[in-house]
Amino acid sequence: MLLTVNGQKAYAYTAGHTFDSSLPTVLFIHGAANDHSVWALQSRYFAYHGWNALAVDLPGHGRSEGEPLSSVGELAAWIGKLMDTAGVTRTALVGHSMGSLVALETATHDPDRISRVAMIGTAIPMPVTDALLSTSQANDHVAYEMINVYSHSARAQIGGNRVPGAWIMGSAIRLMERTGPGVLHTDFTACNDYENGLDAATKVKCPFLLVLGQRDLMTPPRSAAKAVENFVDAKTIVLDGTGHSLMSEQPDAVLDSLIEFLKVEQTAPA
Amino acid sequence: MSKPKTYQFDTLSLHAGQQPDTQFGARAQPIYYTTSYVFPDTDHAASLFNMERAGHVYSRISNPTNSALEERIAALEGGVGAIATASGQAALHLAIATLMNAGSHIVASRSLYGGSHNLMEYTLPRFGIDTTFVDPRDIDAFSAAIRPETRLIFGETLGNPGLDVLDVPRVAEVAHQAGLPLLVDSTFTTPYLMRPFDLGADLIFHSATKFLGGHGVAIGGLLVDGGKFDWDKSGKFPTLSEPYAGFHGMVFTEESTTAAFLLRARREGLRDFGACMSPMNAFQIMQGVETLGPRMQRHIENTRKIVAFLDAHDAVEHVVYPELPSHPDHELAKKLLPNGCGAVFSFELKGGRAAGKKFIESLKVFSHLANVGDAKSLVIHPATTTHYRMDEAALRAAGITAGTVRLSIGIEAADDLLEDMSRALRASQKT
Repeated sequence: MLLTVNGQKAYAYTAGHTFDSSLPTVLFIHGAANDHSVWALQSRYFAYHGWNALAVDLPGHGRSEGEPLSSVGELAAWIGKLMDTAGVTRTALVGHSMGSLVALETATHDPDRISRVAMIGTAIPMPVTDALLSTSQANDHVAYEMINVYSHSARAQIGGNRVPGAWIMGSAIRLMERTGPGVLHTDFTACNDYENGLDAATKVKCPFLLVLGQRDLMTPPRSAAKAVENFVDAKTIVLDGTGHSLMSEQPDAVLDSLIEFLKVEQTAPA
Repeated sequence: MSKPKTYQFDTLSLHAGQQPDTQFGARAQPIYYTTSYVFPDTDHAASLFNMERAGHVYSRISNPTNSALEERIAALEGGVGAIATASGQAALHLAIATLMNAGSHIVASRSLYGGSHNLMEYTLPRFGIDTTFVDPRDIDAFSAAIRPETRLIFGETLGNPGLDVLDVPRVAEVAHQAGLPLLVDSTFTTPYLMRPFDLGADLIFHSATKFLGGHGVAIGGLLVDGGKFDWDKSGKFPTLSEPYAGFHGMVFTEESTTAAFLLRARREGLRDFGACMSPMNAFQIMQGVETLGPRMQRHIENTRKIVAFLDAHDAVEHVVYPELPSHPDHELAKKLLPNGCGAVFSFELKGGRAAGKKFIESLKVFSHLANVGDAKSLVIHPATTTHYRMDEAALRAAGITAGTVRLSIGIEAADDLLEDMSRALRASQKT
């Protein structure tokens, strides 16, 4: 689906479906230097199971035009405008890493439209190391290589993928390489500078689900513990032996956790 | 900033793509000798068919043993994934059938394995796909042969029979300027000697029958996607960038940013053409890949010794090997193949067909057969076997003479190979 947001082309994967206002909606938000395709299996499932599934490409990522936005607040505002353009009156949000912060912030800005929020591979706050900030600022390929190693569990670095024939270490780095110069650094800066998370967690009343990787080095489970205490209604699932790339390392476990979390919405009025 | 530590080639050769069996703890890759897989429920079945969940449905399309091999070769090549096929020829056909239709055109190196040449010269034209063959050393010839309907540039990393070294970076540049992908046949070099994706190639295929297996017991092919080529930007590949009626209107480039090619190749090519690899063959080829590094090292050590021996021998007119200064691609080989130029090469024996016949029949360790890339040393005399119908002029046109002998050097003790060769050379020169 192609939309126009702030005068620029914005893309959302819908598995080829047109938006149906009679169906519940789930909106997927990717992480730093990624795009909609990280949700390929999960978003396709919901699109074929009675939902409007919109997996967006944030500005400057994937098929969406424009420069990457430099703060989580700006990204959340952009998501709000995209929902306006698409005709989304109520939706669940699912975000990964940086996208999880955008989902949280969107729920803060627009509580009446957000029914539920799933934060996958998250930490609140989400500080980024100096090494990653400096190498990404220099557009040094080492930044991608470091993320690739830190984002995958030791097990995933060997493989044994559920998706036939797919080498996820290779596809993850190729996806990052496709983003333009400066995109990764802008995304990391947005994560690093976001200070509103713990406060937001106390204010948003809708149910939250946190799906965390036990072996996640980018956003270790302990980094989400404080936020979990702050949420009014939150459930946490920790996937054993899993790193930060939860959707590719454990695609079915992530999907099953979302199905369980969102099933209430499917019976609720759109 | 230093690079983070990642697993090295020999570790990936042994482990990539495989975790110990969760049910019984088997360390070796289990052979999933099954055509099909039980679905837990109907929704799960539908989700597998519709690519909403990861897993296997039917072994023509995917199989856990094959998948482990596919991941392993993708890891070794630095790609995003791979597809195992019934043979190297099936891998080449799958690549072509995924990318183009009747009316399309290929620009290919003229220095190709005979099977690839036959496919492009004689068979594909019947289906409306034409090929222009060019001198692989003439980069401008690749560029000049590109037409509006061209969809692929193709060459072998080491050409046949003259071991022409394909200048992958320059040919890739020509291809990319025209919005085209470069496919290379990397059978002779394997990822141990060259990683073509690092040099600019977009797709790689192997006849896994050769060095990857190394044992000469299993036929198979592997098609690997580098994941860098932008099919949308090129605008020449509607099979990937436009809705496919054969799979719910799926647009493969939207479905997968980096692996659209493999998605279509598996979901259409394996489904419809069906040239899949047997899981038994996948297992056997994996046994070979586990020792690829040490074997290739030994192949190269032995080859270098035999090349040096032959190059200095009175019974030999000349040796064709890119590490020799006499080879036209010597300088390029130093740059692209610093760890060796493979273990298959030819030399010209003094004395023509009669000497060739005596040489072959005097060998005791080398096996006289039509294959390459085995751990055992192999030999063939084209003028009395593969090209026996040709007269001298026709042989010359094929880059072969009556005295040409092709060797595939194995990993036996080098002294035994040298002694075998020395005895056979002496015998070949006796009148």
